[in-house]
Amino acid sequence: MENFLSAKDLRFSYINESAEEPTETEVLHGVSLDIKKGEFVALLGHNGSGKSTLAKCFNAINTAQSGSVFSCGLDASKEENVLPIRQRVGMVFQNPDNQIVATIVEEDVAFALENMGVEPKEIRRRVDDALKTVDMYDYREHAPHKLSGGQKQRVAIAGLIAMRPECILLDEPTAMLDPKGRAEVMKTIKMLNKEMGVTIVLITHYMEEAAQADRVVVADSGNIIMDGTPKQIFSQVERLRSIGLDVPQVTELVYLLRKEGVDLDAETITEDECVEQLLNIFKKSN
Amino acid sequence: MLKDITIGQYFPGKSIIHRLDPRIKIILIVAFIVMLFIADTFFGLGVGMVFVLGAFLLSGIPFKMMLKSLKPLMPLLIFTGLLNLLFIRTGDVLFKWRFLIITKLGVTTAAFMIIRIVALIIGSSLLTYTTSPIQLTDAIERLFSPLKVIKVPVHELAMMMTIALRFIPTLIEDTDKIMSAQKARGADMETGSIIKRAKALVPIFVPLIVSSFRRAVELALAMECRCYHGGEGRTRLKQLKTSFRDYAALLVTAVFITGVVLADKINFFI
Repeated sequence: MENFLSAKDLRFSYINESAEEPTETEVLHGVSLDIKKGEFVALLGHNGSGKSTLAKCFNAINTAQSGSVFSCGLDASKEENVLPIRQRVGMVFQNPDNQIVATIVEEDVAFALENMGVEPKEIRRRVDDALKTVDMYDYREHAPHKLSGGQKQRVAIAGLIAMRPECILLDEPTAMLDPKGRAEVMKTIKMLNKEMGVTIVLITHYMEEAAQADRVVVADSGNIIMDGTPKQIFSQVERLRSIGLDVPQVTELVYLLRKEGVDLDAETITEDECVEQLLNIFKKSN
Repeated sequence: MLKDITIGQYFPGKSIIHRLDPRIKIILIVAFIVMLFIADTFFGLGVGMVFVLGAFLLSGIPFKMMLKSLKPLMPLLIFTGLLNLLFIRTGDVLFKWRFLIITKLGVTTAAFMIIRIVALIIGSSLLTYTTSPIQLTDAIERLFSPLKVIKVPVHELAMMMTIALRFIPTLIEDTDKIMSAQKARGADMETGSIIKRAKALVPIFVPLIVSSFRRAVELALAMECRCYHGGEGRTRLKQLKTSFRDYAALLVTAVFITGVVLADKINFFI
């Protein structure tokens, strides 16, 4: 499969111009990352590791100081590519309130299409489709501020789906939601990836969510330090701990039991796998 | 307490008034205001009143909503009335006590002004009651779009209005949260002199302003991510269309304006 998002030796600094002497803080120190079409990638890292900055480079919000970024084969540093890239690579943010523009759900979903100059009839069709996809069609005439957090976040996602993007970047979309809202959003993300083939890059602090991805990438202080399947990554409990990250509860349980000498597979990340292995052990000892 | 704000309150409905093209509705309101100001007599005002009350009936909005819209403007009405009553000193004197002189002309002018303002308020609240904010801003954008030629940023202004309307409830929520947080830390906002209470509001406004700036930055980013690049080449989900009923409404209004003018004339001849 072709590389869909690709960063090479990417360096990025935030420049503080408001100070008397402009200061530069380099956030990404030469990052290289390739993401293939249709992949579901979880991007982990504690605050300030540069993961959000990296995501914003992929949809041409941030422009790299050096190195190159290609999104769907387009060079993100070129001005004329900015709009085509943003049409193909959508982004969902953490706070659902701050990304809804209109006072009615369907108007908000239509916002991106209106910006792109799509015909009104086509807008109507795509808006209805997008709302049905995230299961919010019944709320199309509601005011966004009366929805729950999970519903708002789904409306925000619908606003992107309506653009028919090939990739969606999600920057901690579940951080401000309750467990129910989180489950709703995760279900929608997985559905988009599996059924519609949308490439997903999910930035998250919840290890349980990361464990559902195809691939996990760990960033730490502006570098990518780990890259692999969830099993490969989460079995390295001590390494993750050393950079201040947690592991899923199941992995932690397996890790502790293994330390006590229980014979479990180190690469266990789902509850079902864990339960099965434990049952086998009990059966044997009986 | 902040939930009581009724600015731009909209009552969804399917009446003929609701379904009028919002652009036409704005034009009609302007025509109605003109109607009220060319009316020089009680006859003329009466015609205007019949017009707006008829529209109110057609809209199906509960009558008590009309009274509710008048309530906050009561002080203004009373003030205007008193001013006219006490300071018009020409005409037949009805009542005299020390420096207070009330004349017949004063009474009629006061009554006239009050009726005019009441009609004005009913008319404009009918507009916001029957038109959703988004339709309103949309209509304003279209109506003023010719001004783009002289570089008036019409689209940007309409966008600002939409966003402001969208964020009113969010900011009200923020204010409630900040107030509770400050109260939990022992802030006292309800007792003391007016100056003391005003000062107590500072620790509410500062975080509110800071948080709205943060929201603005994030919103701008989210809008950019959704390909927002100004008003150029934008299309709309809902197209505004004028239909038969819009022209009928225009015609009815024109008839009433003629009515007002005629009423003034008739009165003049009597």
